Amino acid sequence: MSLTPEQRGKLTLVTGVIGADTHIVGNRILSMALEKEGYKVVALGALTPAEDFIKAAIETAADAILVSSLYGQGELDCRGFRDMCIEAGLEDITLYVGGNLVVGKQSWNDVEARYREMGFNRAFPPGTRTPDVVDMLDQDLKGRAGGAAA
Amino acid sequence: MSGESALLIDFGSTYTKLRAIDLDAGTILGAGQGPSTVTSDINVGLDAALGDLETALGSLPDFRHRLASSSAAGGLAMVTVGLVKELTAEAARLAALGAGAKLIGAHAYKLTDKDAAGIAAQKPDILLLAGGTDGGNEETIRWNAEKLAAAGLACPVIVAGNRVCADDVAETLQGAGIDARVAGNVMPEFNVLDVEPARAAIRDVFIERIVHAKGIDRAEARFDAVLMPTPAAVMEGARLLAAGNDAFPGWGDLLVVDVGGATTDVHSIAEGAPVSGSVIQYGLPEPYAKRTVEGDLGMRHNARTIVATAGEDAFVRESGFSADRIDAFLAAIEADPERLPENDDERDFDAALARSAVARAVKRHAGRIEIKQSVTGPVTVQYGKDLTAVGTVIGTGGVLVHGDQADDILHAALFDEEDAQSLRPKKPKLMIDNAYSLYAVGLLADAAPDAALRFAHNNIAGNPASGKEGIHGRSPAA
Repeated sequence: MSLTPEQRGKLTLVTGVIGADTHIVGNRILSMALEKEGYKVVALGALTPAEDFIKAAIETAADAILVSSLYGQGELDCRGFRDMCIEAGLEDITLYVGGNLVVGKQSWNDVEARYREMGFNRAFPPGTRTPDVVDMLDQDLKGRAGGAAA
Repeated sequence: MSGESALLIDFGSTYTKLRAIDLDAGTILGAGQGPSTVTSDINVGLDAALGDLETALGSLPDFRHRLASSSAAGGLAMVTVGLVKELTAEAARLAALGAGAKLIGAHAYKLTDKDAAGIAAQKPDILLLAGGTDGGNEETIRWNAEKLAAAGLACPVIVAGNRVCADDVAETLQGAGIDARVAGNVMPEFNVLDVEPARAAIRDVFIERIVHAKGIDRAEARFDAVLMPTPAAVMEGARLLAAGNDAFPGWGDLLVVDVGGATTDVHSIAEGAPVSGSVIQYGLPEPYAKRTVEGDLGMRHNARTIVATAGEDAFVRESGFSADRIDAFLAAIEADPERLPENDDERDFDAALARSAVARAVKRHAGRIEIKQSVTGPVTVQYGKDLTAVGTVIGTGGVLVHGDQADDILHAALFDEEDAQSLRPKKPKLMIDNAYSLYAVGLLADAAPDAALRFAHNNIAGNPASGKEGIHGRSPAA
């Protein structure tokens, strides 16, 4: 069941490209698409250190952080991301990661499992379409979108 | 003296200073000075100063405007509280400094009972409470309001955080008998700075409450208004000078460096966006009118820190004095902070101190670039304001006004090839404000903008000691 744009308007997402990665295009398309669907998007852009995702999420009381990584070093950049969130008081935040998450050809199941282990709620392979991300967000965040939660 | 005139009053912590300005000619008619008597009866100091002015002028004219500023009783002491240190806490800090406050505390995240009790015991004049973007975090600002209310804070609070809960937060504080008022959020959206509403609220509280609390209103029949804290007047003056008006073209982006005995203040009036399109701006955008106060870089109250900050070896090389001589100079200053240089060596030493203070203060104020390596090659990232294209640098403060090395000292504010990441002005005109006129310009900015600008153009000039003329020269008499 998908959320209405009004329900999505109560939800804040932080997006950005992590680490020394300048590949901004896909992340920008995703951010614009999510905004169009009604979500409140705080787009941090390229070259964003992990701690800046967390600082932005604290100040904006974000419901989810969507991390993009396109240059193969995501595993290094995302290490400890969930722990940092917990440290900052964001125990319940939903974490997504997507892009070219590893170097070379590796089984997606392995890659996904590794990122899940790092504490990401979902990992998305290259070629993921934005409607699929919206579906997942609706599903994962519907508990937070109700009027009572606000 | 046929035209209109204005009386400008500065209720300072040591002196009550007066200046009479000829509004038509844009000149100083005379000055007067009396002691600061804020702690007893402010009228006493004002009477003495007026007597002094009357002696200077022969008789007191019928002033068209009588405007005052105050830095008395410790200035406008403020504490700021925000959420994330680099975000709303920094935005609150910038807002308070821009309003001319003396920051006595800056807090981030949740306050503990001990923090709140400490703030209450500091007895600030105003507390600025921020936290959360609009629709963002509510928990921390609510929590902090509860803590401050419980701690028995007595001063007015300006709530400039998440608008969703700002009214609730103000109510919590009002419930504890605190004068709390809501202003616009200093960071309405992530990384969007909006400090003007908070600055305006600070100024309102200053005029309504602080002037009374400091006993300045006892003399209130004798002037039109106490408009702002004295440092805010300098900022307002700089803003007007940069913007100009129909009669006087603005000077554009400018930097003001005020080298004082206790602090070195820097004001920049400039957007400071990256000059090159390939540079990525990072971090919190800074306000168009930005003020920083370097409390460790005062020429008299912390001269030793200036030397330590520069590094003693570097200071020996730069000043040309031996470590022993430097120590002797510092000891003399510490023994008598009011001391003025008495011979050429002391003047040279003061100039070296000032160069060091100016270089450090402007470097802290200006933005910087960093080269980051990415897979696609190096990327230039900018933090803070790019001031390389600023067209005018104005220096003021005793060592610049009374010394003979103003040009050298101001050069320390400029871009340095050996430290090219620091985005300081590259080729500005160097100007000296000999009469501390920016302060007067700021006070007159609303009441008589033409006269204020005429006065500024007459009194801020290219440094004569350098033999160079400022580009702006003198304005045509209007």
